[in-house]
Amino acid sequence: MATTAAPAPGQTPTAGGSYAAGEQTGIWSWLATVDHKRIGTLYLWTALSFFIVGGIEAFIIRLQLMRPNGQVVSAEVYNQLFTMHGTTMVFLVIMPLSAAFFNYLIPLQIGARDVAFPRLNAFSYWVYLFGGVFMTIPIFFGAAPNGGWFGYAPLTTMQFSGGLNIDFWVIGLQILGISSLAAAFNFITTIINMRAPGMTLMRMPIFTWMSFIVQFLLILAFPAITIALVFLQFDRFFGTQFYEIAAGADPLLWQHLFWVFGHPEVYILILPAFGLASEILPTFSKKPLFGYNVMVYSGIMIGFLGFGVWAHHMFAVGMGATADTIFSMATMLIGIPTGVKIFNWIATMWGGQIRFTVAMKFAIALVALFTIGGISGVMHSSPPTDLQQTDTYFIVAHFHYVLFGGSIMGIMGGIYFYYPKMTGRYMSEKIGNWHFWLFFIGMNLTFFPMHFSGMLGMPRRIYSYDVGQGWETFNFQSTIGVMIQGLGLILFVYNFLKSKKTGAVAPGDAWGAGTLEWSIPSPPPEYNFAQLPVVTSRYPLWDLKHPEMTAGLAHSGPDAMTVTDSHATPMHEETEYKNAADLGIPMPFPTIKPLFTALFLVLMFSGLLFIHLDLFPVALTIMIGCAAAFVGSLYGWLTSPLE
Amino acid sequence: MATAVATAGHDSHAEGHGEHVHYTSTGLENRKIAVWAFIGSECMLFASLISTYLIYKGRSRVGPWPHEWGCKTSAAVAKTRELLQGCSPADVMKPILDIPVTSQSTFVLLMSSLAMVLALAAVETKGTPLPAGAGWWDRCLASSKFWLMATAVMGATFLGYQSYEFTSFVHEGLTIKTNLFGSSFFTLTGFHGAHVTAGVLWLLTLFAIDVKRGLKGKTDVLLVDICALYWHFVDVVWIAIFTLIYLIQ
Ligand SMILES: [Cu+2]
Repeated sequence: MATTAAPAPGQTPTAGGSYAAGEQTGIWSWLATVDHKRIGTLYLWTALSFFIVGGIEAFIIRLQLMRPNGQVVSAEVYNQLFTMHGTTMVFLVIMPLSAAFFNYLIPLQIGARDVAFPRLNAFSYWVYLFGGVFMTIPIFFGAAPNGGWFGYAPLTTMQFSGGLNIDFWVIGLQILGISSLAAAFNFITTIINMRAPGMTLMRMPIFTWMSFIVQFLLILAFPAITIALVFLQFDRFFGTQFYEIAAGADPLLWQHLFWVFGHPEVYILILPAFGLASEILPTFSKKPLFGYNVMVYSGIMIGFLGFGVWAHHMFAVGMGATADTIFSMATMLIGIPTGVKIFNWIATMWGGQIRFTVAMKFAIALVALFTIGGISGVMHSSPPTDLQQTDTYFIVAHFHYVLFGGSIMGIMGGIYFYYPKMTGRYMSEKIGNWHFWLFFIGMNLTFFPMHFSGMLGMPRRIYSYDVGQGWETFNFQSTIGVMIQGLGLILFVYNFLKSKKTGAVAPGDAWGAGTLEWSIPSPPPEYNFAQLPVVTSRYPLWDLKHPEMTAGLAHSGPDAMTVTDSHATPMHEETEYKNAADLGIPMPFPTIKPLFTALFLVLMFSGLLFIHLDLFPVALTIMIGCAAAFVGSLYGWLTSPLE
Repeated sequence: MATAVATAGHDSHAEGHGEHVHYTSTGLENRKIAVWAFIGSECMLFASLISTYLIYKGRSRVGPWPHEWGCKTSAAVAKTRELLQGCSPADVMKPILDIPVTSQSTFVLLMSSLAMVLALAAVETKGTPLPAGAGWWDRCLASSKFWLMATAVMGATFLGYQSYEFTSFVHEGLTIKTNLFGSSFFTLTGFHGAHVTAGVLWLLTLFAIDVKRGLKGKTDVLLVDICALYWHFVDVVWIAIFTLIYLIQ
């Protein structure tokens, strides 16, 4: 049973992040890494950096709106700020933060040694990094995208947006799409094909399940925006007429294509956070997740229905009563599986021995705040109500409760929860507490008043407003709220950086959790599992250490563990570091080729900018040159052995 | 209890004994699953393109049109030439889609799928000695090089037809800039053509490998198999395009 006391001091890494002998260090080891844990770490650091960028953008926006007739920035800069704030937070922060957890956790949770395609994984990260930089850099030259995060055409066609701004946005999103798609193919394959023996689909941890659903949403939703962007690019560069109203084009084409992607995107942003909360809540309630099956099926249901509700973003455009009714009903329907999840989380905590760690507080905050955002969402699923609310600050309040209150709170909980696994050290609970309360209070102070300013008619994206419309107090409150959140963010960054060196040393099973990732040392060795475990239930580690907690769950009999397969051994906890070479585990070679392949791909896309500048020969030279270099590095990649 | 479930992965692995393979939960190779996921994604890509074409059908303000007769000097559109009265012969715009010619290229592309099947079969059975008294046809069937090249050549022929089609459309006054039909038609079929081009390059690469060291064994079967999946998919997409864009008026 409890074969697993805390590991002896000699077996744990003494300094956080110091790996077993033979593990590479230094900048090269990061540039050439194909280890899913390191790539996850890279995603985490990069996305948190972009989080600070997006936060600063939000801060300036709020300074501008703090008082009536604000003059902090010009209207043009303001447009760039709100566009980049939205684009950054959606594509460069929340999606990659989720990707950080996909990378780090999926192989660990399913008992695999890596993802299915380690080098493709590195490629996805580098494309994301270069694409993010490509989109962010123009803000320093006053040429950042300025058409809103949804880039509605025809507003974004050459006729109305002649500058390079929109080109950066269009090309940048294409690049980021490649990154997301490549990662999604990888994770789908990993989850389907790399599970440890006995890890059936219905035994996978909920985080892996939600991630699995998200990957399908990604591969099915991204093509729609890709095509919308291709049309826009062709219109801008080659004179096609997709969004040319004078030629008979449908002014709603973009909106349909964008929201066919855009609504599933909402679930792409929220489901990973749901998954993280579903790991945190059972651990700190000392109870298995309530209604596992229902949790899985409601997730699938959300993903499925998510493709049939996109036009609720378009009630105001006049689609007619039939379309409005259908999309309204579908939207209300999708509230049901979402509500089911809320009740499951509450029931998980019900009667549990709750430990209020920082991670737990963030997870509970997700349940509470997402519920508020969900309820305001159901409010504007009704077209008559929506007509009052659309394009007002009420909507801004709604989706910030969903995306900040839901996604960011869940991800923050995930960071506090998994930090000890990633670094071998705990983050400071004391500073974490301050961070949590500053975020929680600041977030509510920022976004709750927006419900009121929205109801009083304050439009979204407005540059400034006059006195006497009753919006002053609410706007002032929102700005103070952002400042409080800013303080919280500073504390978080301090905690995140400092704990890596001085945090309390964490054992492999840092929180007494039940899933596979906690059965190996913290930080995990490069090969993850010295021996692949045979899984017989949903909480293998609890079976081992607290069998009374999982007594009510379905188990396969012990005979399932009499495995003669050399790849697998009965469930056990690994506390000892060994070298992959000593254990005879083949590891993929580090390689820089995915980085170069990604770099040339991004440079090839950036050549398109010169078409806008009417420098066709330059554009062609860059694009053909980079395409050749891309094919060259791809050839080198495909012809070199993996391990 | 659920013992069977717990050992399912183990059983599927047992088949792989003898030859060193990585353990996988389904027993399938990773790349095959990834290609299926990729194809799923591509379906949505073409669905978006085809929907746009269909939404824009009949919305063009100027000709040429896909199936209708038009007049350069007036806005008149008609089902037949006879109905288009008062338009001087010099200004008449013919229906632009040439169904007989495209039927030929469609046939070639369909046949290429057959060749692809035979190429895969040839790689799979490589190493099996030919039966006594095997004729030239049996030897031909067993040649993966022949069928890979045949598939590539048929793909290239399809592309040749497509460039002929594009050029003649441009001569008749339809470019990607002319009207909504031109924009959506060229983008859709161009995307498909790009996919065929990628497929032809992939096939030629396989052919080169086959010439250099001979494709055989489990790993190589997989290489050809995933290319075949892609190739058949591109074919199926063309059947959808041909039906929806060319045949249905
Ligand atoms: Cu929506």
